Amino acid sequence: MTVKPLPASIEATLDLLAKAGYIADRSLATVLYLALKMGRPLFVEGEAGVGKTEIAKVLSATLGRRLIRLQCYEGLDISSAVYEWNYGAQMIAIRLAEAEGEGDKARIEHDVFSERFLIKRPLLQALEPDPAGPPVLLIDEIDRTDEAFEAFLLEVLADFQVTVPELGTVKAAQPPIVLVTSNRTREVHDALKRRCLYHWVGYPNAGRELKILRTKVPGIAKKLSEQVVAFVQALRKEDLFKQPGVAETLDWAGALTELDVVALDPATVSDTLGALLKYQDDIARLDGSKVKTLLDEVKSELRAAE
Amino acid sequence: MAEAQGPRVEGRLAENILYFARALRAAGIPVGSGSVLDALAALDVARVGDREDFYWTLHAVFVKRHEHSLLFDQAFRIFFRKRGYIEKLIASMLPEVATTEPKPPTPGAQRVQEALFGGLNERDDKSEVEVDARLTVSDREVLQKKDFAQMSAAEIAAAKHAIARLALPLDLLRTRRMAPSRRGHLIDIRRTLRASMKAGGALIDLKYLGPREKEPPIVALLDISGSMSQYTRLFLHFLHAVTDERKRVATFLFGTRLTNVTRAIQARDPDEALAACSAHVVDWSGGTRIASSLRAFNKQWSRRVLTQGAVVLLITDGLERDADDTLAFEMDRLHRSCRRLIWLNPLLRFAGFEARAKGVRTMLPYVDELRPIHNLESMTELVRALSGRPAKDYGPRAMLRQVA
Repeated sequence: MTVKPLPASIEATLDLLAKAGYIADRSLATVLYLALKMGRPLFVEGEAGVGKTEIAKVLSATLGRRLIRLQCYEGLDISSAVYEWNYGAQMIAIRLAEAEGEGDKARIEHDVFSERFLIKRPLLQALEPDPAGPPVLLIDEIDRTDEAFEAFLLEVLADFQVTVPELGTVKAAQPPIVLVTSNRTREVHDALKRRCLYHWVGYPNAGRELKILRTKVPGIAKKLSEQVVAFVQALRKEDLFKQPGVAETLDWAGALTELDVVALDPATVSDTLGALLKYQDDIARLDGSKVKTLLDEVKSELRAAE
Repeated sequence: MAEAQGPRVEGRLAENILYFARALRAAGIPVGSGSVLDALAALDVARVGDREDFYWTLHAVFVKRHEHSLLFDQAFRIFFRKRGYIEKLIASMLPEVATTEPKPPTPGAQRVQEALFGGLNERDDKSEVEVDARLTVSDREVLQKKDFAQMSAAEIAAAKHAIARLALPLDLLRTRRMAPSRRGHLIDIRRTLRASMKAGGALIDLKYLGPREKEPPIVALLDISGSMSQYTRLFLHFLHAVTDERKRVATFLFGTRLTNVTRAIQARDPDEALAACSAHVVDWSGGTRIASSLRAFNKQWSRRVLTQGAVVLLITDGLERDADDTLAFEMDRLHRSCRRLIWLNPLLRFAGFEARAKGVRTMLPYVDELRPIHNLESMTELVRALSGRPAKDYGPRAMLRQVA
């Protein structure tokens, strides 16, 4: 199996992402290219639903690498993130050794704590050599776990190695492609960020969002897609508790096409607002008349642009 | 003409990046020397083609926080504002040019660098002027920087004494992580197996795991309006002590606007920390806009600091000028997004305090606890307030019943 080469320039990175239907802006392509080229982890921060996790999926698909995902949560610990011993098998091995009359304790211990009984969790898996090239390691939503785990990650991200006390240090022959994402529900410590290249993924501008929409929802009518994007863009300027992300735009557009809508009207928008806004007071703020004024503005702007 | 005045950038990329890093530091972005090396490495591999790529390459290395993007942008514009400057830098990175011998610095280069830094300072001044201009518009804010040195010696001594006596109680929160425990309920197979290996596997001595406990984060919202001015210094001292003791404390000050002073208050020395706080704040001893400050907090910060079971200390007298539905709404949201909301009110010092003021009555239904905080002794009370046991005497509902 041959290893697919990494993109050779910023343009190539853009093309690579576009090939898998990820419409990135140049700043993201630049930082991604640098991360790949310099072998540094990439720390991606941004609001929910702007396509942070998607970057890792697209990278793994286009480069033909294995995607190893570590979803962070409160209480994530070493035994579910790095390794665990297969205790059942170990117990049996000890009993067998005894039955065979093996009396050397050190020998049994050495046998029992060998790689055969090691269950590898995502971080350890990511350090293993892979015929398709180093895997893509996605450490998703790191802000959900606690500072202690962050501190542990420092060793992994700086030297691409982990230490298993019974076995010794495992070091990756080739560093994996590491992507760390955060929703910023808490500040991640500077020490971790320092080891990474940083990128903030913002909401796309109208042009790019339209491209994304047309790539992801291929059947959408031209007029509807323009209206959807313009409406969402206008909505982001409103004073909302949670602004709709790209994921919400796509959901909404999907819902509208399912409903066979060809053009937006206030009633449809009000009925389907739940796909865009996820907080009750945001929905309450956008009552019928408000939707109508917003929609009228959007439509007149679109007409003017024609 | 441009050639005569322009800097000689060939072969001096490293130096320029170093100066740029210094400019960033001056602009307030913490840039380590490691980042400079990273930047050079990044520029080397990126084979930058134009200004935009150059910009984003440096951005990727130097910016580690979203807030710094803006500063970086300004610094970049000013530093590299000369037309053709970047193009020359880029050209100097091309392999054939890079091999040229390093030239001794020309006299002109130094002058240009001075000009660049002068430009940066100019910009800084300008932004300060903008802030001032904006503030004069608001008539309600008293533009007065409270000097903490004004605190009388006796006051300081008393406060420090009180704060020194404060031992933070063990307010522990169960986490979902496990730790070895004698009275735990889960078997720790890893330790059990290791222990039994010592006996050659003949003996199995069960070891247990119990939930690990840890201190919840504290978020303090401190009212610094005129009516609270006698207390704020004391509270800041206290918050500094708390911040020193615990890792996760976020501090916000509000009068007519909300200011995050979490970083400033982390300085080791209390005086230094308090001075840094007062330097950040522009609305000391002005009016109060509790509702709009809470709104700003809910919108910008609640999702970032109120995670993992945070306790909110709301320190205000509750004398809101315009207590309306917004106040109730924002209090409700704040209450719903934290584990415990404790209101510390210095007005409770009066024995006959009743929740008559409209603001107080609006806010009361949404707090878990209302406590006095008016003198040094009551700070000890505050410590007890943090100790996890909700006190019956200070239940807000009883207070409301009194008035009704």
